[in-house]
Amino acid sequence: MIFIKSIYNEVIKIALKPRSYLGIAAITVLVGVILFALKSDGMSIISFVTSSFEQTLSFEGNVLNGNLVAFIILQMLIVQIPLLIALVTGDLVSGEAAMGTIRLLLTQPISRTQLLLSKFMAGGIYTLIVIVWLGFMSVIMGKMLFGTGDLMVLNSDGLVILQEADVNWRYLGGFLVAFLALFTVSSLSICLSCFTDNSIGPIVTTMSIILLFTIIGTLDVHVFDSVRPFLLTTHMASWRSFFEDPLPIQDIKNSILILFIHNILLISISIYVFNKKDITA
Amino acid sequence: MSEKIIEIKSIAKKFGLFEAVKDVSFHVNQGDVFGFLGPNGAGKSTTIRCMLSLIKPDSGSIEIFGKSIFTHRNEILSRTGSIIEKPDFYKYLSAYKNLEIFSRLSRVSVGKKEIYNMLDFVGLGGREQDKFSSFSHGMKQRLGIAQTLLHNPDLIVLDEPTTGLDPQGIIDIRNLILRLKNEQHKTVILSSHNLAEIEIICNRMVIINKGVSVVEGDVKALMNNEDLVVRLELSDKDKSKALISSKYPNIQITDINDTSIELPMEKSKISELNKDLVQAGIGIFSIEAKRKLEDYFIKMVNA
Repeated sequence: MIFIKSIYNEVIKIALKPRSYLGIAAITVLVGVILFALKSDGMSIISFVTSSFEQTLSFEGNVLNGNLVAFIILQMLIVQIPLLIALVTGDLVSGEAAMGTIRLLLTQPISRTQLLLSKFMAGGIYTLIVIVWLGFMSVIMGKMLFGTGDLMVLNSDGLVILQEADVNWRYLGGFLVAFLALFTVSSLSICLSCFTDNSIGPIVTTMSIILLFTIIGTLDVHVFDSVRPFLLTTHMASWRSFFEDPLPIQDIKNSILILFIHNILLISISIYVFNKKDITA
Repeated sequence: MSEKIIEIKSIAKKFGLFEAVKDVSFHVNQGDVFGFLGPNGAGKSTTIRCMLSLIKPDSGSIEIFGKSIFTHRNEILSRTGSIIEKPDFYKYLSAYKNLEIFSRLSRVSVGKKEIYNMLDFVGLGGREQDKFSSFSHGMKQRLGIAQTLLHNPDLIVLDEPTTGLDPQGIIDIRNLILRLKNEQHKTVILSSHNLAEIEIICNRMVIINKGVSVVEGDVKALMNNEDLVVRLELSDKDKSKALISSKYPNIQITDINDTSIELPMEKSKISELNKDLVQAGIGIFSIEAKRKLEDYFIKMVNA
């Protein structure tokens, strides 16, 4: 019962902190700008992409539809979302130390493990809200403004066209995997937050790690081949696998497993460090 | 004999090479208002943090309510209220919301009415919905006291509770502590640099210096072992000093002003001194005997 109350407390604290709304506001503005740009000049962008196929294929119907718009938005924004998540979750522990409230919090009759897990849960709830908002702004608003239709996706193997009726479940799956990846970012930032009493440090470090892993993942250097499959950032893009045909089920399962292992490791390290930590702040 | 509420035995704690606490032992009885004294850096805060499980000592034992803090942490903390160093709350939340958040973790059902009553009790009535960031230091201290008392704890640990309070606030807190002791039989640990406050409020105390507990016991009993400080206001200061020096050669006399002197003296000899001065024709305008914790504290710390 006290664990549930503690989760509620943590959610309330996030909800009443002005910084928490930066993520939602940023998504609203960014998606709004992309929707506006596509609405005003989207067809010329589409023509530029489809021109190379026009000699072999003929495109009919509403190509620039809500499904494609949502896909473009996700492709563009999924890189920025970890920053918005880390901005809030990165100081869930260290922010308490910086503010001095950690003393009061840790003299309450709740175990440190329960308190920390309630912060992970609250971080997860915040991540879910951000991802649901991103889903609403991209898929729902996209379909409202651009209508619906078949989804045309250009990937490394070529052009994939998915039937309109075959798209919604793929978005659902894609968002679930994206949520798991972003929850891992949240876990990483909370874990880093346990090591310091500085509220900005974990946020900056989380972003630096994601940047570093992204560079390692992008560099085509053999020395990184063995680590690349295990990097968090490699699996942050796994939502895209839901838009391949046939569906690479094994790759998706593999990504989910690796993200789960990341979370278990990060949460375990956090619990160990937090329980050992002397509160001198 | 009173029941021991807290028993601390030989705790020690190092931070790297620095020994914050080397060997601290003391006990607190049920119903005590226990003074916790020591100069800056003596290890008071570290000891209090160890008691409340914020810091794990390297060695020694801490028993509260007859149970080890290491194995019965939640049970002990559910019966304890504390302010450590300064009361820090969430700046972006109101006084009410802050208390509501901490009361949820207290294992005692605390409703809106109780929170409002408590805020009123500590003098924050009417400011319930104001944000913590807008509070003065004194108001923050009051909110800290409210949070400490909200779940009706048996043991109250107050680390410098009167810092930043105006004179009326200090008297209010002092009276509150005495009421908690006398009416509700709470046990209070009071860490303070205000020695006069400790002298007035506390019945027992410990003095810690350089990470070691130097002396522990009943405040009055400890002070009774010491000489009184006698301040005399006299018609002829120089004649008085010569008389006292000849009769009590080992006594050190301190000039206070043109007409007053101070000297240490056993209680039993004060009337004799009075008689000698009168017989020598010296007028005595005032005579005040006091026993100062401040002097005792400095003596113990410098020992």
